[in-house]
Amino acid sequence: MRDVAIVAFAQTRHTGHDSGLSEPELILPVIEEVKERTGLRRFGFTCSGSCDYLAGAPFSFVSALDALGAWPPISESHVEMDGAWALYEAWVRLQHGDVDTALVYGFGKSSLGDLRSVMTLQLDPYYLAPLGLDQVSFAALQAAAVRADRAELDAIVRRSRAAGRDNPYALDLPDELTDDVGVAPSRASDVAPSRASDIEPLRASDVAPITDGAAAVVLAAGDAVAELCARPAHIRGIAHRIEPHYLGMRDLARSVSAADAARAAGVGKGPVEVAELHTQFAHEEIILRRALELPADTVVNPSGGPLAANPVMAAGLIRIGEAARRIHDGTASRTVGHAAGGPCLQHNLVTVLEA
Amino acid sequence: METSEPLVARHVLEFPGGYTRSTGPVIGRFLTELRAGRIVGVRTAEGRVLVPPLEYDPATGDPVTDDYVEVGPAGTVTASAWVQEPRPEHPLDRPFAWALIRLDGADTALVHAVDAGDPKELRPGTRVRPVWRERREGGITDIACFRPEVTMIVSPVRPEYRIQAGGALRTFLEGVRRGVFLGGRCPGCAKVYVPFRASCPECGSRIAEQVELPDTGTITTFAINNLPDPRAPEVPFVSAYILLDGADIPMIALVGGVPAHEVRQGMRVRAEWVPESERTLSMANVRWFTPTGEEDAELS
Repeated sequence: MRDVAIVAFAQTRHTGHDSGLSEPELILPVIEEVKERTGLRRFGFTCSGSCDYLAGAPFSFVSALDALGAWPPISESHVEMDGAWALYEAWVRLQHGDVDTALVYGFGKSSLGDLRSVMTLQLDPYYLAPLGLDQVSFAALQAAAVRADRAELDAIVRRSRAAGRDNPYALDLPDELTDDVGVAPSRASDVAPSRASDIEPLRASDVAPITDGAAAVVLAAGDAVAELCARPAHIRGIAHRIEPHYLGMRDLARSVSAADAARAAGVGKGPVEVAELHTQFAHEEIILRRALELPADTVVNPSGGPLAANPVMAAGLIRIGEAARRIHDGTASRTVGHAAGGPCLQHNLVTVLEA
Repeated sequence: METSEPLVARHVLEFPGGYTRSTGPVIGRFLTELRAGRIVGVRTAEGRVLVPPLEYDPATGDPVTDDYVEVGPAGTVTASAWVQEPRPEHPLDRPFAWALIRLDGADTALVHAVDAGDPKELRPGTRVRPVWRERREGGITDIACFRPEVTMIVSPVRPEYRIQAGGALRTFLEGVRRGVFLGGRCPGCAKVYVPFRASCPECGSRIAEQVELPDTGTITTFAINNLPDPRAPEVPFVSAYILLDGADIPMIALVGGVPAHEVRQGMRVRAEWVPESERTLSMANVRWFTPTGEEDAELS
C-alpha cells in the first residue's frame, strides 16, 4: 500500500441554525483554509460527500464546486454519503500512484428541512419507507435492542456536551438535559417542528443536534507528505464494511460491520489514545466502543463528537479530521476515526492514524 | 431598500404522484400475498426463512430459493420503541410502538407498528398479531398494525347488598352518633374491646358491660394508601390502628391533618368529629384522627 497521510484539516464553526449562507459560501472558508495551510492551489484529485435531500436541490453538489475554482477542469468525484467515504475514495485514488494530493470535503445543512423524515428517504422503498419510519424512530428501536442504562446514556451526553463547549467549532449545548435540542430554531414555520422526546427509550438529549457545517481534508502521498505537513497523520489502516439494510435481518444490539471494519483497519494492533466516533445517538457510543474493542483508557470524542455538533455529511469526515488533528498538534501518536452511514449504524468506516 | 429581515421561502421537493418502482419477483410475491391477507417468507439455500423476503440471503449473498413459506400471522416482539406523539407520516395517529416482530416460522424480524395502547403492554417476548386493512393494495401497510395477543380479559363484578347493623354494632354506632366510642369489658378476662361487641373473642364470655372510652389514643401501626377509596378524602391517605386510651384492642380509622410521611407509631391522636347537626348512625361521624401534639407514647 502507498503511504497516504492527512496533512491538513479545517472545519466551519458549526451552527445550530441556518445562517442563510449557500452551500458554496459554507464550504469556501474551509477550502481556503486547507489551501492556505498546505500552500496548494490545485490538487491531483478532488472528492466530496453530501446529500441532495438535505437542501432538497438535485445535484446541489455540482453548484458546490463553485467554491473550488474548478477551471481549468479538475479531476473530481462525489459520493452521496458522508465526506468520510469521499476520503476513502480519495485514498483509493492516491493508491494509483499517478497523483500525490487530494482535496476531500463534506458539507450539509440539516436545518433546512425535517432531518427525521429526510432520513426516511434512505430506507428501502418497499418494506420500511412506506411505514413512515423516521430517523429517531429507527434509532429508538436500536436503543431498545441495546437496553442501555439511562444513567450511562446521560453521562455520555453530558461528557460530549462538556467537550463540545471546550471546542470552538462545536455547539454550545447546556449541561442540563432538556428536550429542546434536535430542533432548528430558524426552521421555516410551515415545517412541522421535530421533537425527539416522544420516542422511548430515547430522550431528546440522546439525539445529535441539528447542525449546519462543512469540513475539508487534504491527503498527500509520496514526497508531498513531508513537504506539506510537519507532523502528518499517516493512514495506517482504513476499511469500511456494510450490513444488511433491513433492520430485522440484523442483531441491532451489536455492530458486526463496525467490528469487521476495525479489524480490517488494524485498530487492535496498538494502543488507541483517542477515538472519534460518529455517534449520532448516545447509545451508538456503547455499541461502537464494544465493536471497536476500545480499551477503557481510550479517550472517546474529545471534540464532543456529533452529540455536540452534527453537520450531516461532514460529521464523519470531521471525526477523521479531529483524529488527525490530535496527531498534527502532537497530543497523540495513534488515533482512530470512525464514520457511519445508513439506518442503525448499517455502514461503518474505520481509520487508524499514526504519527 | 436595505432590510435586516431574513429572506425565507418555502421549498417543496416532490415527484407528483410518486415514483413507480418495479418490485421484482421476490418482493412482488410477498406484497401479492399480503394483499390476499397472508404473510410469506422465503427460504434461503441454507434453510432459513427470511421475512420480509429478500432476493439474496444477507448472510451468504446467495440467491434465495423459490420456496415461499406462510408464516405467522402471530409473532413475538424482540425490541420496541414507544412513540408518544405520532408524526403525520406514521401509520397510527395515536401513541403506538415501533417493533421488531419475529413472526412464527420466520428466522428474521419484521419492522412494523404495534397498537398497544400503553407502553407497559409491550416488552421483548410480547405476542402480537396483525390487524389487516380492509382494502388492501399490495403494500407493507396492508397490515394496518399489529396488536398484542389476548392474554387478559376484564371481568366486572358488582353485586349489591342491603346490610343492617343490629346487635352490638348498632349499640356502637348509636354511641358514635352521640360523639362517644362505646367499648365493652369482658367479665372473664377484663379486656376492653372497642368497638363494642357481644362476646369476648378470647375467652368466649358474653359481654354486657358498656364502657365509654375517650376519643384520644395512640397509633400502634399504620399504612399509607395510594389507591383512592371512597371513604378517604384524598390520596395518599393514612389508615391506622388506634389504641384508644383505656382500650386493650386498637381500632382502624383514618389519620388526617398531618402529612402522610410524618405519621408514626406511638403518635398521639384525637378523633375529629363532624358537627353535631351532621351526625348519623355511621363511622363517618369521625372525619379522621388528627395529632394532639402530645409527646409520643411508649408502645408496649
